[in-house]
This record gives sequence, C-alpha cells and structure tokens, in this order.
Amino acid sequence: MDWQALRLSLLLGSLTVALLLPIALVAGRWLATTRMRGRALVEAALTLPLVLPPTVIGFYLLVGLGPESPIGRGWTDVFGDTLVFSFKGVLVASVLVNLPFAIQPAQRAFEAIGQELRDAAATCGHSAWRTFWRIELPLAWPGIVTGAVLAFAHTLGEFGVVLMVGGSIPGETRTLALSIYDRVQAFDNVAAARMAAFLMSVSLVAVTASFLLGGRRRHYG
Amino acid sequence: MVEGISISLGQTGPIALDVAISLVPGQTLALVGPSGAGKTTVLRSIAGLYRPRQGRIVCDGEIWFDDHAGVDRPAKDRRVGLVFQSYALFPHLTAAANVAEAMLDSSPETRKERTRTLLERVHLGDFGKRLPSALSGGQQQRVALARALARDPKVLLLDEPFSAVDQPTRRSLHRLLSEIRTSTPMPIIFVSHDVEDAARCADQVCFISAGRTVEQGATRPTLDNPESRLSRWLADEDP
Repeated sequence: MDWQALRLSLLLGSLTVALLLPIALVAGRWLATTRMRGRALVEAALTLPLVLPPTVIGFYLLVGLGPESPIGRGWTDVFGDTLVFSFKGVLVASVLVNLPFAIQPAQRAFEAIGQELRDAAATCGHSAWRTFWRIELPLAWPGIVTGAVLAFAHTLGEFGVVLMVGGSIPGETRTLALSIYDRVQAFDNVAAARMAAFLMSVSLVAVTASFLLGGRRRHYG
Repeated sequence: MVEGISISLGQTGPIALDVAISLVPGQTLALVGPSGAGKTTVLRSIAGLYRPRQGRIVCDGEIWFDDHAGVDRPAKDRRVGLVFQSYALFPHLTAAANVAEAMLDSSPETRKERTRTLLERVHLGDFGKRLPSALSGGQQQRVALARALARDPKVLLLDEPFSAVDQPTRRSLHRLLSEIRTSTPMPIIFVSHDVEDAARCADQVCFISAGRTVEQGATRPTLDNPESRLSRWLADEDP
C-alpha cells in the first residue's frame, strides 16, 4: 500500500467535500427553486463533467489554470507559485469535476420538498431563512450527504483529470488511483490489487450509504 | 378601526380574478365553484402567496395588499391561518412540533401549553408525538387546522377541507368548524365545490366561476333562490 498516496487521496477527498458542501447547498437550492430561463443551460454546464472524457476536462483545466492563463497568472501574482502540477491545482480541478456529484442530489432533495411546504412555513410566520434552516435543510440533508459521499468516493477514484492537471508527483499530486497505475506499470500487481481492493471497498460503502440515505428520505412518505 | 376583512381582487390574466368579499369576525363564507374556477387563487391571494395585478385587502384596519399604494405584505406578516388542501404538514416533525412551528416567537412554555390545548381542541390530544405519516388523512387535516389556529390568525382559510375525506370525517369537521366559529370569532373562508358544505357551515356563500363572482349573499336565501345559471346548476347538485 502506498500510504503517502492514500493520505493524499483522503486529504484531497476531504477538502473537496468541504469546499463543495456550501456550493452544493446554494446551487442545489437555487436550481430547485429558480424559474430563470437559463436554468437548463446552467444545469447542462454543471452536468458536463459527467459526460466529458476526463482527459478533455483535464486539458481545459490545464490550459485554463496554467501559468499563461488569466487565472494562473493571477494566482502566481498573489501566491507566488503555480496552480498546475500542485496539490492546490488538483484540489481546484477536483472541486470543479465533482460539481455534478454534489449539486444534483442536493437539487433533487430540495425539489422533492415542494412549494406547498415553503408556503405553509410562510403562513406559520417563517422568513425564507428560517424556512431554510427549520424545514428545508432537515428534509434535504440526506440528499446533501449523499452528494458529499459520492463526491468523496469519486475524488478517491479520479484518474484522468488529476493526471492531466497535477501529473504524478509523489507526495504532491500522486493519489491512490495514480499510484495503482504506477504499480501496474512496474509489474507490482500485488500492491496494485491491494490498493484497487481498498478503492472498490470505499466505493461500495459510499454507494450503500447513499442508498440508505435515499431510503431515509422515502421514510417520511 | 373596522374589524373583519375586506377583499377586492381583479386581473384579466394569467388567472382571471374579479372578486369582492367582506366579512366581519364570526362570519363564515363558502367560496363555491367548479374545479379551476380560481377559488384557491383567491385564498392564496389573501394569504400573500399569490400577487394579483390589482386589488386591495384590508384586515382589521391593516392594509395587507393595495396595488395603488404599492403595499404587499409578505405571507409571514399577514397572520393568516391556512389549511392547505394537501394539509402541507412538515413530514419530519411530529404533530405537536408542526403546531408549535407556528408559534416560534412565543416562549417555549407558552408554545408547549398552547400546542397541548390546540391538539385537544381538535381531539388529537394523544397524538402529539406521532409523525404525520403515522396519522390518517382526517387526523392530518386536524393537525393542519390546529397549526393554522396556532398563530391566533385574523382570518382562517381552508382550501377544499371536505373534498378528500369520508363522510364521518366530514361530519366531524363540520362540528369542529362550528366549535371554532363559536369559540374564536374571526372571519372564516373555505373553498368547496359542494353546496351542501356551504349550507351546513357557512352563513355567506359566494359562487365563483372563471375567477369571477357570479352570485353572493346570505347562504340560505342564495341557495334557495339562486339567480345565475351557474348558481342554479351548482345548487341543483345539493342532494
């Protein structure tokens, strides 16, 4: 087992989820309640990471975050280092790639609440903020947690985007998924199998957890 | 200060509205009309959940809505008790917590005591700890009624309260509404497509079609001698 890669993967997964949660809450609720005309386009853009090959996303991120890009130049001006081929760059890429995994379950959970409950809360004297905390969040949290679990599991398994944006620098950007590839290249199938089994177990637990949380949502009838 | 509620609503679209209603505390009005007549839109306008193009709603001297003056109080500030057709109970909260949810600005002791009183009033004193999913449709409706009463509303609105309940539940709700009218004088407006409910529970009736009032008046004379074709047609359904 490549413990350094495992530690990096867990750190990347945790930070990705931490950054994604507030984004998923805001974007998921907004998409669930807005009547804006461009909503379909926004949803399509957020779904792109699910349908595009990771190398395509990785390429655009490499170019978009690279030292020649406005974002890359701005980053270098402020922080003095580069985004690409660094852990921070991989983290930014990971957040962007996982947007649909976190936002879509949150959006579906907020949609399932229905306008009538929000109206009922308003006639109970609740402000929009109080309705969010007391009614919407307690009902939507299984969807939000499902999204977080899926994003965490997907981050652990992400390969193409991490390789394109971060390379495979030990201790900096070489995650568990990249380490498996590395071990296979080195004909070390035993180590590769151990790490693959670990990733598969994490995925199985994550998907089981998301199904269990889905069942909890149905429990309210 | 004029007590009671005065409502005038008007617009040509997207949902046509031309309704004028005036009620004093203790009066009950039945809004009767066929499906799609705009009855629920009238209730939602009163509650502040729908904004009509024109109109004026004044309750106990407070202007809730006036398009000329640019006044449109949000629903949370209108002190309306609304029983939704689907009850709209918060599914993650117990019956007691649903009722208490409408009294969050009161102290916890007041909330607890008043929740108990309200649940007993709707004959659900022993059901406070149950989730809505563990209650029958009729029981859910009574929890929704208790919740609607919890804010000491200035007007009580009920959307099709008799439509999805069996006959015993319907009779029990008739009695309950009668008790509420006696114990808590406030204007009550309920929506129905059945004149029998109007005859039993309301002292005013307003026939409505395509969002417009077609006939309005005291219940018995209006039902006995309906003047418009729609009123006659609806009144003929009375068994």
